[in-house]
Amino acid sequence: MPVASTSSGQKAWMRRTTSGDLAVWAAWLAGVAIVVASFEIISQATIWAFVWDAPTQGADLIGRMFPPRWSYLDQLWKPMWDTINMATLGTGLAILLGVPVAFLAAHNTTPSALLVRPIAIFVIVASRSINSLIWALLLVVVFGPGTLAGILSIALRSIGFIGKLLYEAIEEIDRTQVEAVTATGAGRAQVLAWGIVPQIMPAFAGIAVFRWDINIREATVLGLVGAGGIGMQLQASINVLAWPQVTVIFALILVTVVVSEWLSARVRHAVI
Amino acid sequence: MDAVALPGAPMRRWRPKPLIDNAWTRYLVYLGAILYAALAFGTLEINWARAAEGFERGARFIAGFFPPDFITKRQEIAEGLLESITMTVVSTAIGIILAVPVALGAARNLAPLPIYLLCRAVIALSRTFQEIIIAIVFVAMVGFGPLAGMLTLSFATIGFMAKLLAEDIEEIETSQAEAVRATGASWFQLLAWGIQPQVLPRFIGLSAYRLDINFRESAVLGLVGAGGIGDTLNNAFERYEFDTAAAIMLIIIVIVMGCEYASSWIRRKVQ
Repeated sequence: MPVASTSSGQKAWMRRTTSGDLAVWAAWLAGVAIVVASFEIISQATIWAFVWDAPTQGADLIGRMFPPRWSYLDQLWKPMWDTINMATLGTGLAILLGVPVAFLAAHNTTPSALLVRPIAIFVIVASRSINSLIWALLLVVVFGPGTLAGILSIALRSIGFIGKLLYEAIEEIDRTQVEAVTATGAGRAQVLAWGIVPQIMPAFAGIAVFRWDINIREATVLGLVGAGGIGMQLQASINVLAWPQVTVIFALILVTVVVSEWLSARVRHAVI
Repeated sequence: MDAVALPGAPMRRWRPKPLIDNAWTRYLVYLGAILYAALAFGTLEINWARAAEGFERGARFIAGFFPPDFITKRQEIAEGLLESITMTVVSTAIGIILAVPVALGAARNLAPLPIYLLCRAVIALSRTFQEIIIAIVFVAMVGFGPLAGMLTLSFATIGFMAKLLAEDIEEIETSQAEAVRATGASWFQLLAWGIQPQVLPRFIGLSAYRLDINFRESAVLGLVGAGGIGDTLNNAFERYEFDTAAAIMLIIIVIVMGCEYASSWIRRKVQ
């Protein structure tokens, strides 16, 4: 324990040694310097006159957003239904594709740690690092605007998420149960079905529902790049500066997201 | 574990326990799922002719990606990257600083009920909307550029950090906090010596994780004009410079992978 002597010669407890203190101080200095320098760069790319104007602009924006044009809601049910379908079907497709990838990526189930595992891990990382909006941007060019591009981009982004969390769950299973099943003379497929799958089922259900909840949120904005759903209405309303309609869309998104979050929390509580 | 066949009784196979215990709920869930799938596929408007055409287009499209072109637009790519990185750093710092008081207020064991409800409302507001939607509002308020992106990410960071940190504070070992309080410590001393040491490792881990998320998000905020590498990417797509777009996406993947390794290393180190 670091100890210092006070002027009267008595020993006093200190939290860190002197060099430890210096190191912490230097780390803080470096951190603050990086943040300030970064802010400087942002500030150079900013037109500050617009920013000082922001309170007026904000008040103006809110003034234009209210009262909401509730009658617009009639045109929103179909896009909202499409949005929910995009999230749900996309999650379903991601489960179909992501589960095998997870089994190929987990140390204890992969057929070949040298060949197959790195490929599976690369699929997971590539899918996770590209945001679903960027996937949508690509797929809209390929398949044309519409829900199909939305479903596929949701699915492509979710494969990595489901794959990663599921393969971590597979690696954390209880080995003894697998051994017990193996001891009965079960083949590889039987070990998988009776030793591993039952153990990861609760985790799997939790992961799937969690991702579905996230996907609802993501699906609401995919329309901004043309991939279907309520985002297309949002884009159209913003383009013509129809702010009262934007308010209605925001309100609908808010309600949908809150409901889906509640649903997913309920299911996760039930299975875990 | 096949059941022993009793004389006269029909042989019953053993089955594993289903995920949903109640048979009625189970079949209702199955029925609901089938109904939903039928309805969803029925109302889906997919232009299959256009989609089939897409495979041929896709092939040309992918051919357009190769070889990735890092050189021609290197100036713009470097600028976009710099914007993304600075946006990430500043917004993470601001977000964390603002999230700490909100987290303290949102922990039921520290805050009185009115403050608790207020802070929970802030968290809910920040978490419900997708970053892109918040970015649209900020772009409308402060104009195009990285400042809007920075504000968006800061706002999103507050909700994320405050929620997870508050949950962590609610789960601390109360006896340590009580021991500190028994020495006559004030509220701030209680925070500094009773609570902070218990949540610090997880706090650092969460911060590293959020830095990682913020970079990932900064790569798409450009789509609505909030600056960063997403802006460059969007421009590349709009000008049909797919080779440059491929280069940008490769760079994003590499940086995200690096961030992920770094953040998981930090998390392992502190926990």
